[in-house]
Amino acid sequence: MKKQNELPNSKQSSWVSFLLVLAFLALVFYLDQIIKPTNKMYMLMTVLQKGSVYALAAVSMNLLNGYTGLFSLGHAGFMLIGAYTYAIFTIPSSARDTVYQYFDAAIRFSFPEAFSNVMGPAGTALGVLVAVILAGLLAAFFAYLIGLPVLRLKSDYLAIATLGFAEIIRAVFQWQKLGPITNGSNLLKSFARTSKFKLEVGDTKLVLSTFVPVLIATVSIIIIVKLVNSTYGRAFKAIRDDEVAAEAMGINLARHKMISFTVSSFFAGVSGAMMAMVLSIAQASNFKSAMTYEILLMVVLGGIGSTSGSVIGSFLFVAASEWWLRGLDSGTFLGINAPGVFRNGFRLVVFSIIIMIVVLFFRKGIMGEREISDLFRSRKKKAKGAAQ
Amino acid sequence: MAKTILPYVISGISVGGQYALIAIGYTMVYGILRLINFAHGDVFMVAGLLMVYLAASLPLYVSIPLVILLTVLLGFTIERVAYRPLRTAPRMSVMISAIGVSYLLQNLALYITGGLNKNYPQIPWISDRVTVLGMETSRVTIITPFLTIVLVVLLVLLINHTKIGMAMRAVSLNFETSQLMGIRINNVISATFIIGTFLAAVGSMLFFTNYPGVVPTSGAMPGLKAFVAAVFGGIGSIPGAVIGAFIIGIAESLIKGLDTILIVHGTIAEQIGFATFSDAFTFILLIIVLVFKPTGLFGEKTTDKV
Amino acid sequence: MKKILAVALVLCLVLALAPMAFADNPVVKIGVFEPQSGDNGAGGKQEVLGMQYANTLTPTVEIDGVEYDVELVYADNASSNDKAPTAAQDLISNGVSLVLGSYGSGVSIAASDTFANAGVPAIGVTCTNPQVTADCEVYFRICFLDPFQGTVLANFAKSELGATKAYCLAKLGDDYSGGLCNFFIEAFGKDNCVYEQFPEGTSDFSTYITNAQNQGCDVFFSPVSTEAAAQIIAKADTQALGMPILAGDTWDSNVILNAAKGTDVRICVTTFYQEGADEEFDKGIKAWINSDATALANNGGNDELAAVTVMGYDAYYVALEALKAAGSTDPEDVLEAIPSLEVVGVTGNIAFDDIGDALRDSAFVKECNTETGVWDFVTVATVG
Repeated sequence: MKKQNELPNSKQSSWVSFLLVLAFLALVFYLDQIIKPTNKMYMLMTVLQKGSVYALAAVSMNLLNGYTGLFSLGHAGFMLIGAYTYAIFTIPSSARDTVYQYFDAAIRFSFPEAFSNVMGPAGTALGVLVAVILAGLLAAFFAYLIGLPVLRLKSDYLAIATLGFAEIIRAVFQWQKLGPITNGSNLLKSFARTSKFKLEVGDTKLVLSTFVPVLIATVSIIIIVKLVNSTYGRAFKAIRDDEVAAEAMGINLARHKMISFTVSSFFAGVSGAMMAMVLSIAQASNFKSAMTYEILLMVVLGGIGSTSGSVIGSFLFVAASEWWLRGLDSGTFLGINAPGVFRNGFRLVVFSIIIMIVVLFFRKGIMGEREISDLFRSRKKKAKGAAQ
Repeated sequence: MAKTILPYVISGISVGGQYALIAIGYTMVYGILRLINFAHGDVFMVAGLLMVYLAASLPLYVSIPLVILLTVLLGFTIERVAYRPLRTAPRMSVMISAIGVSYLLQNLALYITGGLNKNYPQIPWISDRVTVLGMETSRVTIITPFLTIVLVVLLVLLINHTKIGMAMRAVSLNFETSQLMGIRINNVISATFIIGTFLAAVGSMLFFTNYPGVVPTSGAMPGLKAFVAAVFGGIGSIPGAVIGAFIIGIAESLIKGLDTILIVHGTIAEQIGFATFSDAFTFILLIIVLVFKPTGLFGEKTTDKV
Repeated sequence: MKKILAVALVLCLVLALAPMAFADNPVVKIGVFEPQSGDNGAGGKQEVLGMQYANTLTPTVEIDGVEYDVELVYADNASSNDKAPTAAQDLISNGVSLVLGSYGSGVSIAASDTFANAGVPAIGVTCTNPQVTADCEVYFRICFLDPFQGTVLANFAKSELGATKAYCLAKLGDDYSGGLCNFFIEAFGKDNCVYEQFPEGTSDFSTYITNAQNQGCDVFFSPVSTEAAAQIIAKADTQALGMPILAGDTWDSNVILNAAKGTDVRICVTTFYQEGADEEFDKGIKAWINSDATALANNGGNDELAAVTVMGYDAYYVALEALKAAGSTDPEDVLEAIPSLEVVGVTGNIAFDDIGDALRDSAFVKECNTETGVWDFVTVATVG
């Protein structure tokens, strides 16, 4: 009875959410055209760009930590692989020797360049897309190799082992001997980046700097949501709630854990590629374990086990740290001028206190395990109840 | 050959001794609460900063005990505020809380220091230069391993021969049963944190006297390495943690010098860049141990109960 | 609770966007893109000091017949390449006409794309890596470059110090030390150099010192951050390094002097300015540093001048000249005006080549006097 009632509702709500997503994308596209970098409101665009990178990173981590119950702290490592793969394969040949200034670059191939030679401007976009997917695939491949030994480990041992792997990956990428490929520990730049993403229609140039990362994040998150709602997703949750019971029900533990781990790492790799294109640089030393911790805190803020929570959490986190709380660092906040207190670093202190409060007193985060669509549904039900 | 390697071994033993003092805090807390106290390394860093600020205005014989006292108080408070309310919560929540505390301590340090390197005060006598076996080094390098061993022996005596030590052993063996036996769990846990942070404070004095610069992230790497040492030795086991720490300290030091050792020995002609892996090597060691002998060198075998 | 939080956040947003107070004169904003925290925080603060001092001397500028108040707008790039683009964006959104900075090359390279995208010109003060201006239309700089500095240092090591084998130490992922080491090695000869990199967060430098000793090197080249420098000097002293330490312009700082005082370590650096070259300027800035408690603290507690401070001072005047020449506060006009500028600064004549690099052909070499804790002038070095 209940199920019959829900089915048309969920179909309806999926249409509603589809339209909402489209509207959101259209809005971002419009904002991209009207807000220029010299505008005071451009911080909003920075937040949207960085926020979508972190949203995808957080959602993919949530798939592992929240839905499957595998406490992994290796995210920064997989993002690093993604960022480097993307960067290396999109540096145009004209810039390669400047970027690899101390090495003789071994890889001299750029997807956007190769495709645009054949297909024109559309090839550039395709090249970027291929590089992003390759970034995810390589991250997933490494995750598979790492997963073979470590996924057998129990909760906190798994956490520390994956953390260790992320550190090892970082060291390998910085190794001088790999310089011809990774440029050693020096940064990569001049590759295809969002600030250069433009669409030429006739004489007008349409800016896509924010639209592209938001679009990639949206599509990726929708795929993750579909996975979570499939039988795989239910199996993941069963493993999280009780491994032994799940195994008794016939769920292949090793296989499902591996699927969750590689899929999560795939999207971590994609978010790493996005981070490279948004920041316009890629450098191994940025992908420290502190980055993993921050993503974890975003997940916690939003609610472990809620995809929309992770998205909200990461946008809040980025907006607060990059934009709203900036005044705490520069002397004046909320009209109070106290340079003695509001000096460099105060923002992060306030921020970490907020996070500790969430961790200790609002353990479910903003959303708990609910999704945004649940909120609509419960409200509708309440309205119905009131009408009766 | 021996002359080439000796300086690395001595410096490694010294680093190992400092790791050992931190590792004990990890291993004791894990033994009792099954919690990786991610904030422990940052407590170690805070102890360093406290010393910087206190020694600026107070004489050393006042500031040293004061630093130890305040650090112990900090460890005690962290347990009370951030871990105790979550005792019945899932293990993941407590670990997240630990990461949160670590984040908070680092950011507080960033705010207070303005993100700048703080020079650690010179403690006279132990930071003097001495010549040992024809090698120049500072006295603290030589003292550290001996001091570590003395402290560990005292700790083992405490655990084996006092009432609180017996209670600790009981709690780490079985949390619930010991509660039923009338052991005041909260007191035992507080005592564990007090001992752990006390040793971390002593460790920080030795460490920063040897490497005199304190930054907000100073505690992160030594903390992680000490934890790896604890796992390597078999988590929950104090002698295991100490031996693990010495092995990791020496191995790390040798890795940094491996290029040079091999070149001097004539094995390789040019640099390979092993030093890049000096931190990563610790984790390679960790993963090998976890995969092949998850209980570590001295750990007891545990079985999972359904 | 959550509602209150939401309301509070919205309030923050609104107030953060509220317009600033109005001043009498129109205001022109110059962005200061410098590290105030992290590895290079101490150096960044010293560089800013020069700009602030210049700002107190010349607080206004006449642009196209109108008197403008100059406002310095700060953004902390935290010595971190991933924070640099946002810090740069922060300045751009604040409406700056041009940007000065940064100390440390990595952050400048990382932010160059952000500046280019917005069309806001940037003048590097002491970022010496060639990549800063390469492939970037809007980046200029007033300092010499690493290929030059590396060659000067290598020549100095060979001829003055009589070195035959050099030990080079850089930090992993640091473009400044990595770049300078590379160019040094190129000039010194690859076969006679031992090159090692230490990972971030390293505090134990004793093994690297042992490495240099064991490989029989006779000069220790480590152009790393001043933070690591202090530790290297301390270890070099206790382990009796037995060879001179050589470094680049970052080491020309009183952090090094304080660390080296009372030790028996020999330290030589190349730099942009020698104290005493312009006595009137020295006297003025020292008086200013001593009169301002914050400035004194930012300079490390004494009035010993760092070359980067002087470079910051010169950069400020280059910025003013650029504004005057542009005749407008629009970044686009300023960008057009910069390439043809010629300014006589305290550190020498400043002009730009077609890439945007400064035309500089000499560097000062100084040696640390470990008894008195000051720099002694050694020579002026050029590359023929």
